[in-house]
Amino acid sequence: MRFAGIDIGSRTIELVVVDKNLQVVDTLQADTGFDPIAEARKLISEVRYDRIMATGYGRNLFEISFDAPTVTEIKAHARGARAMFPDAQTILDIGGQDSKAIALFENGKVKKFEMNDRCAAGTGKFLEIMARTLGYAIEDFGCGALMAEQDLNISSMCTVFAESEVTSLIAKGKSREEIARGLHSSVIRRAIGMINRVSSSGNIVFTGGVAKNPCLRQLLAEKLGRDVQVPDDPQMVGAFGAALLAAEII
Amino acid sequence: MNADYRSMWTDLGLDLEAHDALLSVLGKAYQDIYLSQKERPQGMGYFDSVMSDIHGLRIKELMDEKASGRKIIGSYCVFVPEELVLAANATLVGLCSGADFAMEEVERLLPRNTCALIKSLFGFKLGKVCPYLECADMVVGENTCDGKKKAYESLSDLLGNLYVMDLPQVKSTNGKAMLLDEYKRFKTALEKLTGATITAESLKESIRTVNAKRAAIHRLSTLRKADPAPISGLDALLANQILFFDNPVRFTESVNKLCDELEQRIEAKTGVFPKKTPRVLISGCPQAMPNWKLHMLVESAGAVIVGEESCVGERGTRNLIDESGETVEEMLEAITNRYFQVDCAIFTPNAERLEHIQQMVAEYKADGVIHYGLLFCQPYLIEAIPVEKALEEEQIPCLRIETDYSMEDLGQLKTRVEAFVEQLG
Repeated sequence: MRFAGIDIGSRTIELVVVDKNLQVVDTLQADTGFDPIAEARKLISEVRYDRIMATGYGRNLFEISFDAPTVTEIKAHARGARAMFPDAQTILDIGGQDSKAIALFENGKVKKFEMNDRCAAGTGKFLEIMARTLGYAIEDFGCGALMAEQDLNISSMCTVFAESEVTSLIAKGKSREEIARGLHSSVIRRAIGMINRVSSSGNIVFTGGVAKNPCLRQLLAEKLGRDVQVPDDPQMVGAFGAALLAAEII
Repeated sequence: MNADYRSMWTDLGLDLEAHDALLSVLGKAYQDIYLSQKERPQGMGYFDSVMSDIHGLRIKELMDEKASGRKIIGSYCVFVPEELVLAANATLVGLCSGADFAMEEVERLLPRNTCALIKSLFGFKLGKVCPYLECADMVVGENTCDGKKKAYESLSDLLGNLYVMDLPQVKSTNGKAMLLDEYKRFKTALEKLTGATITAESLKESIRTVNAKRAAIHRLSTLRKADPAPISGLDALLANQILFFDNPVRFTESVNKLCDELEQRIEAKTGVFPKKTPRVLISGCPQAMPNWKLHMLVESAGAVIVGEESCVGERGTRNLIDESGETVEEMLEAITNRYFQVDCAIFTPNAERLEHIQQMVAEYKADGVIHYGLLFCQPYLIEAIPVEKALEEEQIPCLRIETDYSMEDLGQLKTRVEAFVEQLG
């Protein structure tokens, strides 16, 4: 038996397949684009599985098109993170358009969660736009920020307002590394607020595409003062969790 | 559509085109949300028929009452005592405040950061789409939250027949005396409007009528304690919403008839959802007609709502009036005693509300609580934080939601509600 999990996010789709021993046998990724179901169809045609479970914002669309069970990103990330880090207590997941903090019980079940409502402030999309404004490729944005000696304070978390704040800092002749670091700090301030509302101590597992950013990983550990663990491929955690949950269906 | 209704709506000054659009959206939403439910009790047929004709038949009845000399009183709050209204030969109706309408015009009169309920009551007036409001001889506003009391100053310019009732904010002896005084002042205003005198006899009868209505709703609430739940939260919410519009005697009969059927279901151990479906209590801001957003999300996520700690729900209908009073004075005191117990978040402190939430969680065997807050509603949003903390200390999962009447946050809310339901399962 093989079990698949597909995480249809706002920016990317991930597909993970595990075998009967729950070992990962396939991982695939594609951009979500404007027709997520067509992309999902393409991905699943490349692998073999007996049962699939969908998560991510596109899960209901997938459910309708493929008659598959679904699970929220929150439970999927909880399951995936706990499988990778058996002592995981709190998860911070920052994806393309939303961010969440999830606290777990000892047994791995979700105890409490917080999620951003409405706007995409402080998420992957925010970082993408800010990187572009400063002339960075998104992959280099975090490294650029790490080169700064100090933070510049960026007060706005709204993408539109922050962009004009950045423009005015550029006009003042501030270095782009420092502006970049200021932006990273503001994302982390917001994430820490969310984490503190669900848990006050213990380790953090950082997941989602944004966890690939080295500056954010460093700032999170520094400013939170708690141990931060990041999976090798943080974008796959949701799909991995969904695959494990697919295997648990009786 | 009945042609008589169109001329009636025109006479009431409605904007027919906008009104048609409203009815069509409402009809579609009702179809999708209500009529698609499975295993609905047959007794809901009555409420479906009321809904399908909510701006027609009921308005026609009210117009006929007016023609025969009765007055129509509109209200926005559960602090307005229906007993006094009925005893003065008038009819009380709750006014529409559960959907966005004419928002651009509304935002010329109110700041954008105003709660959806207040904006809505302006929207229905400015959009000329609420026949209840237009047929009312007197509209009662009440000094509850700051938002409402300041907004009534502007609404007064639009209405011309707005009566503002003051309300205490502290549950003290002085507070209660003030409420009694305000009810006396309201009695005088009603008598002046209708020309009728409220007598011991008429007041006693109206207390009985309204008590019977509340008792019927209490009976319905009690039946929701069963597992499997015999009725969906959506349907029970609808009954609680229609309570504000319908003829009280007919409403009471219809709710009791529905309850007879639900008792049979409980006996037969059948329900709308399978046994062991996660049970959710909703607590917080009122869900005025036609606000079904949260109930729809929760029940389509695979949980059942077993109670509403809300003004459109148990907070609004809890407690009956002591019927032992013989004089008008005694009865006014009894009325005041009942309404003074309403634990609205405008009161400070308001510890009774938390006790009621905890009590409801236990009685309805709720697995978790969703605190429903309207954006910018300070009294409930601020109370939500200590409520959540207290519930979590007792290991009762709680999800705090802040939203409005728009559908733009539906995707995010859906994920949060579904994750909460997973948490309960």
